[in-house]
Amino acid sequence: MKKKPLKERLLQGNEAVVEGALRAGCRFFAGYPITPATEISEQLSVRLPQVDGTFIQMEDEIASLGAVIGASLAGVKSMTATSGPGFSLMQENLGFAIIAEVPCVVVNAMRGGPSTGLPTSPAQSDVMQARWGTHGDHPIIVLCPSTVRECFDLTVRAFNYSEKYRIPVILLIDEVVAHMREKVMISDEEDIEVFNRVRPTMPPEWYIPYEDTPQGVPAMADFGEGYRYHVTGLTHDVRGFPTSRPDEVDPFIRRLFRKVSQNFADLQMGEHFHIDDADVAIIAYGCVARSAKRAVSDCRERGIKAGMLKLNTLWPFMRTDVEKVLRQAKVVIVPEMNMGQISREVKRVNKGEAKVFTINRVDGTIITPQEIMARIKEVF
Amino acid sequence: MGDVTKLIHHYLRHDKKFPHVWCPGCGIGIILGALIRAIDHRGYEKDDIVLVSGIGCTGRLPVYVDFNTLHTTHGRALTFATGIKLAKPRLKVIVVMGDGDAVAIGGNHFIHAARRNIDLTAVIVNNSVYGMTGGQYSPTTPYGMKTATSVYSNVEHSFSISELAVTAGAVFVGRGTVYHAKLLESLMEKAFQKVGFSVVEIISHCHTQYGRMNRMGSAVEMMQWQRDHAVTMEKAAQMNEEDLKDMFRIGVLVDRDLPPYQDEYERVRRWSKGVEGK
Repeated sequence: MKKKPLKERLLQGNEAVVEGALRAGCRFFAGYPITPATEISEQLSVRLPQVDGTFIQMEDEIASLGAVIGASLAGVKSMTATSGPGFSLMQENLGFAIIAEVPCVVVNAMRGGPSTGLPTSPAQSDVMQARWGTHGDHPIIVLCPSTVRECFDLTVRAFNYSEKYRIPVILLIDEVVAHMREKVMISDEEDIEVFNRVRPTMPPEWYIPYEDTPQGVPAMADFGEGYRYHVTGLTHDVRGFPTSRPDEVDPFIRRLFRKVSQNFADLQMGEHFHIDDADVAIIAYGCVARSAKRAVSDCRERGIKAGMLKLNTLWPFMRTDVEKVLRQAKVVIVPEMNMGQISREVKRVNKGEAKVFTINRVDGTIITPQEIMARIKEVF
Repeated sequence: MGDVTKLIHHYLRHDKKFPHVWCPGCGIGIILGALIRAIDHRGYEKDDIVLVSGIGCTGRLPVYVDFNTLHTTHGRALTFATGIKLAKPRLKVIVVMGDGDAVAIGGNHFIHAARRNIDLTAVIVNNSVYGMTGGQYSPTTPYGMKTATSVYSNVEHSFSISELAVTAGAVFVGRGTVYHAKLLESLMEKAFQKVGFSVVEIISHCHTQYGRMNRMGSAVEMMQWQRDHAVTMEKAAQMNEEDLKDMFRIGVLVDRDLPPYQDEYERVRRWSKGVEGK
């Protein structure tokens, strides 16, 4: 069968998230209105019933993530979308999804904070909250797009990772990328890898719901399919029953970390732009990476060997890639729309090979290519 | 094998490490018994039942029974249950909560699940106190009572869970007590049969905390208190306000028919496909 050509469309970042979610097989969305994420709710309220999915507007963000986890336990791929204040409310149930290993996707379209902050202005200030917002030791996967097409691709990836590793995945978009419109090519016929959670195939009496496996990811039974088991936010043994025995707690918590840490190669995505011979390297993500790319091109035109490492995976932190950049470049600049959340990580892994400088903007406006150029001239 | 033994073997988890967490004499054991008998009497398949709970003494109930069981975060059981029911409407969803779980931290979810008419049964164990954490006052602790956080006297006014449920839109609301075990069983059965958001409130006792602090005696004496202060709906209808002052009504408070959320949403699906005009 001849494939239809890719269709050119003018889409907003939030709209591309919707397209990605539907392509990944999302059939349940629960959310609460909040700027700048509302378009995701609005569009899914139209689209999900058309494909026999379910959209529900809950009474708050706590309820939204609760319903999403419930739907996922019943076997349906599920998602919610919010911004800073709502993301704060979701933190407890996010921890539940981590400990009970329930796949789900949480979109956080970042705006300025703390608190109500700057509802309609961009920021990148939830990077650390996404990593450590819920209490307790835990792994997490956080993805960050910088183009509309990446909003689509990384949403699909977010679902795939959540299904593959039984873990909530956070898609951190900034307000610029969420609301920006770009020409993108998206087609229903395009080959896109979609991963579905591994379900048990053994007889129910043999099923051990939280059994360790080489991958560290146990098979997950849907509620109502004959595998009656217990799901709890308490630390549990391999059968899912609460335990406080040190010899059961320790391997459980370590397994949660292992399923992420032994799969860095699969999870860590970035873009290397003129980075291999760069004397000046910029490490950026989200909308700032767009300005950084322009600054790199302008530098190259003027004979300055600049390059950029764009992080699409924020967590687990792309240490190996960053270390390579630190060894190669003389100067590394980390521009961010926060007071230094990723630069802190870059400095942490720097063994003194490169000088690390930051650009921090916290006024609700974007970092421009000119600003990055000026900083390069200042420090290099 | 006796009938009770058969029920125990069929419904309790043989691989769950007993003993349970509840104090000797706790009302939750009687409630669990009534719940199992009501489910058995309805003839539901164990695979089709999802038993969801929040946090607290009542929150520990699902782990002991052989259904699809889910022990969620504090106050949020109804939100998880909403997701399960809408994702898989064929499942029979039952949610067990304590008073603090259901109407303090989870109060907002409670009224909205009722308003939406989500097709599930909320079984609420009301023992007037936060038992597991040591007996602090809850939204159902009566005015003037002593608890671990109101040692001088509770100056907050309580509200009625059942009347809140009626006002919020529940299609079936029944109130029972631990003392009236047979009534409890029949209220649960009626609630399970009902399509839509149904509530069974159970007046229970916490002799370990609440009873001790208010000198209400043993579990048996507290159950006698339930017997002496409960009035059936029929009898209450013939009593005046003055006589009913210190009493509470038991039986069916409301039983009405309204389409459940999943049926309403099915219409949304049809509209979205242009199958049916609005």
